[in-house]
Amino acid sequence: MWYLFEQPERVLELTLEHIRLVGISVLAATLIGVPLGVLCTRIRWLESPILNLSGILYTVPSLAFFAILIPFTGLGTSTATIALALYSLLAIVRNTVAGIDDVPPATLDAARGMGMNGRQRLFLVELPLAIPVIFAGIRVATVAAIGIAVIAAVIGAGGLGRLVFDGLQRLDTDQVLAGAIVATLLALASDWGLKRLGDALRRDAAPVTERG
Amino acid sequence: MGGGEPLDFISYIRDNPDQFREQLIDHLRLVGFSVLIAILIAIPLAVLITRVAWLERPTTWLANIGQTVPSLAILGLTLPLLGIGFRPALFALTIKAILPIFLNTVVGIRSVDRAIVDAARGMGSNDRQLLCFVELPLASPVMFAGIQTATVQNISLATLAAYIGGGGFGDWILQGLAMVSPPILLAGAVPVAVLAMSTEIALRGLRRIIIPTGLAVS
Repeated sequence: MWYLFEQPERVLELTLEHIRLVGISVLAATLIGVPLGVLCTRIRWLESPILNLSGILYTVPSLAFFAILIPFTGLGTSTATIALALYSLLAIVRNTVAGIDDVPPATLDAARGMGMNGRQRLFLVELPLAIPVIFAGIRVATVAAIGIAVIAAVIGAGGLGRLVFDGLQRLDTDQVLAGAIVATLLALASDWGLKRLGDALRRDAAPVTERG
Repeated sequence: MGGGEPLDFISYIRDNPDQFREQLIDHLRLVGFSVLIAILIAIPLAVLITRVAWLERPTTWLANIGQTVPSLAILGLTLPLLGIGFRPALFALTIKAILPIFLNTVVGIRSVDRAIVDAARGMGSNDRQLLCFVELPLASPVMFAGIQTATVQNISLATLAAYIGGGGFGDWILQGLAMVSPPILLAGAVPVAVLAMSTEIALRGLRRIIIPTGLAVS
């Protein structure tokens, strides 16, 4: 615990590294996951294979996932980013499908009646209304990724896991504790912060849903 | 990258059958015992919590926070308390498994229809009968989902147990990382990945078989 106060710059630097790693991975997962989710709602038979596959992929232990990627993508940040993005995919695809499915049929009928085509309905009606649910998926993915990113330090991706692994290697309990505590706080803070942000988004979207 | 082609991992496993068996047994023991102990602790605890109303909010809040703690952090926090070896690893895994089973049992019991509880009371059920013949059976699908989550998650966490000397497939992964040897790395990683995925698929199937269709969740 004292490590926190003895080496604040190092802890801060590793925390920022951690946030960057998680941020890029979740962003990539969002850019892939949302279109994939939309695709599932348009081509219905794709839904269960895509969700089942990403659900099973999600069960692969992270250390094993990193290890399997290493011979192909090497040690470092890129391997960690690929694995973290794949882990995040499940929550984002699942919530995109659920969010779009939750749009009331009457709202879609109204949009159609106003002469909107499929593309307009998707971008002007379905996706905006699905945003709170999609965002909840991003939140779950982010909190999980913060935890998994701790393990990514073992393949040289940096971040707060460095403190835990270095500490375990040197039997330096203080350093282990510092890494574990800061990572936990980061996860709790992101969960709380993203929840607040999600609530704000929900309030924005709610009146529209009720009118629908 | 030194030390051989990645696909040599199959021959590496074949050349070290005793070590493979030992790691498999260690891994299964860690997961099996931790989930079993967690069930024995989490379910009575959850039942107790649903009986004492004021305890429910603080404990579920605490359990939800516990779910957010990164799993490596739990192992890391165990180290200064209990040291290195199989038991500390088992302790960390048990703590991690208690959370989903506890939360799902609370949710399962809470989501039992009040009308059904009233009907059971009206038929003269006492507390024990209400719990054993109405609430727990109706909560069982959600409880099973919690046990499934705990099992699959602990196969993953048991891989990390190697770091605090808990054994399991993580041993080979760590060795492979230290020696930068793809075959050893994959000799640990591929079996544990297969173990996790097949357990998930098997438990999904089991859930479909043992849970009556009327009670099935999603």
